[in-house]
Amino acid sequence: MNDRTPSRPLPMIDELDTAEFWRKTKDKVLGYQHCDDCGTIVFYPRQHCTGCTGSNLTWQAASGEGSIYSFSIIRQSYHPFFRAQVPFAVAWIDLAEGPRILSNIIGVEDPATLSIGQPVKVVWEEHEELNIPLFEPI
Amino acid sequence: MPNQGREAAIVGIHEYPSRDVEGRVSPLQIKADSAARALEDAGLSWSDVDAIYDAGEGGGMAGLNIAEYFGLKPNVIDTTNVGGSSYEYHAAHARRDIAAGKARVALLTYGSTAHSNVQRIGAGGRIGGVHPADNMESFTGMTLIANYAMVARRHMFDYGTTPAQLAEIPVATRYHAMRNPEAVKAMEDLEFLDIRETSIDDVLGSRMIADPLHLLECCMISDGGGAVVIASPEVARDCAKPPVWILGTGEATKYPENGGDITSSAAVQSGPQAFGEAGVTPRELDIAMIYDSFSITVLSLLEDLGFCAKGEGGAWVEGGRLRFDQAGGPALNTDGGGLSSNHPGMRGIFLLIEAARQLRGESTAQVPDAKLAVAHGNGGMLGTRHCAGTVILGRD
Repeated sequence: MNDRTPSRPLPMIDELDTAEFWRKTKDKVLGYQHCDDCGTIVFYPRQHCTGCTGSNLTWQAASGEGSIYSFSIIRQSYHPFFRAQVPFAVAWIDLAEGPRILSNIIGVEDPATLSIGQPVKVVWEEHEELNIPLFEPI
Repeated sequence: MPNQGREAAIVGIHEYPSRDVEGRVSPLQIKADSAARALEDAGLSWSDVDAIYDAGEGGGMAGLNIAEYFGLKPNVIDTTNVGGSSYEYHAAHARRDIAAGKARVALLTYGSTAHSNVQRIGAGGRIGGVHPADNMESFTGMTLIANYAMVARRHMFDYGTTPAQLAEIPVATRYHAMRNPEAVKAMEDLEFLDIRETSIDDVLGSRMIADPLHLLECCMISDGGGAVVIASPEVARDCAKPPVWILGTGEATKYPENGGDITSSAAVQSGPQAFGEAGVTPRELDIAMIYDSFSITVLSLLEDLGFCAKGEGGAWVEGGRLRFDQAGGPALNTDGGGLSSNHPGMRGIFLLIEAARQLRGESTAQVPDAKLAVAHGNGGMLGTRHCAGTVILGRD
């Protein structure tokens, strides 16, 4: 890939709430926060618990398995990277541990064969500073 | 209780006629021209305005910027920006401020040159944000249309809603647009192909943009704008046009939650507030001005507002029910809506304008003797995070 090839837009590794999530992806860990006071799962990551007024959040590692909550197949995009990817699938995925994450479903020849409820698991797209969690059908 | 539900009224309206200004008019100019025409419509002038409501699309430091540009020194400045629902919030806040005695004449304006700017509202991504939610989502390349499409897909899965049922929405709005000369002109100026009334097959035969949404289920990207003048009962009594009373309002937010249901919107929360305050039920309404960014937006919002039960919207809209000349009603987006008349990015103001036209008897798809209307704005994105603003309107 040379410098002129459009590439996937990557997260900012130093965004203050989500930095730890992205740091963990370097080790291919899909992390989420759990409140040790009230049990709330916090995702996307934050410094405070959204269930109680505490901030006693600990990081857990998700198994990476889950199921498709909903999805769409994008057939038109004006983004320089994604316009070359169409058609591609974007989906909300309910992880087994509870967090709902937005990602792409890859590894299917025809995304029109995907279905809601379908089991999927994380696959990592490797980048220099972090890895991107994508999903493929199990 | 002669004053109940009669605290503030829409007394002046204007919709900027052009949807393609070819870069020769600015958003601020659209706002100012629309404001002047709406004030004239009310029989009022700039000097009567003592409250300004502005979503900031004319530039930074919104309240100051627009007051200076208009040449006004208002006592009330409200710069709420919740996307396309901003104007329903502005109407709600204007009524509250007028009822509190802080203002007598409120001015709401909107101007956008989205089409001239070649803004790709729909198929562009939300890239490069620094908000933590953006930082978790932008790598996916999700377009705005795909965001809504995921609601449609889940709605179909949960309730058996069909593509043909969703197509009823754009078919109804096009039916209305073909009776609105400004909407027809808009479609001509924006170079729509084959401008005519459409069928369900036309919609289903149009190109897929983000499954399961087809091209004809997506709103246009136009230029445009408008203005609304809201006044106290004392001022309204002497205005040129009959008052359109703001009878009830509601506001709410919705955002992604683990285990949440994306087939329901924030309207579930804003609707009961507004209907309760107005003391009316959806069944009594003649006009439903519902933010039609996409077909699924309308179907979800009709259910959430209580026109029918959750999940029953598909069957409920069948058979052309939403057309202005069909019994059973309500009539949907009788100006042609965002799907076929006007969508410069935040079309909430047009919901108020067309509702007021209907209650005055001025619509190009007029429902005979229309008495009650709802204007419901959805700002942000239906499938992830959005604001809802519900406004119930009625005439004397």
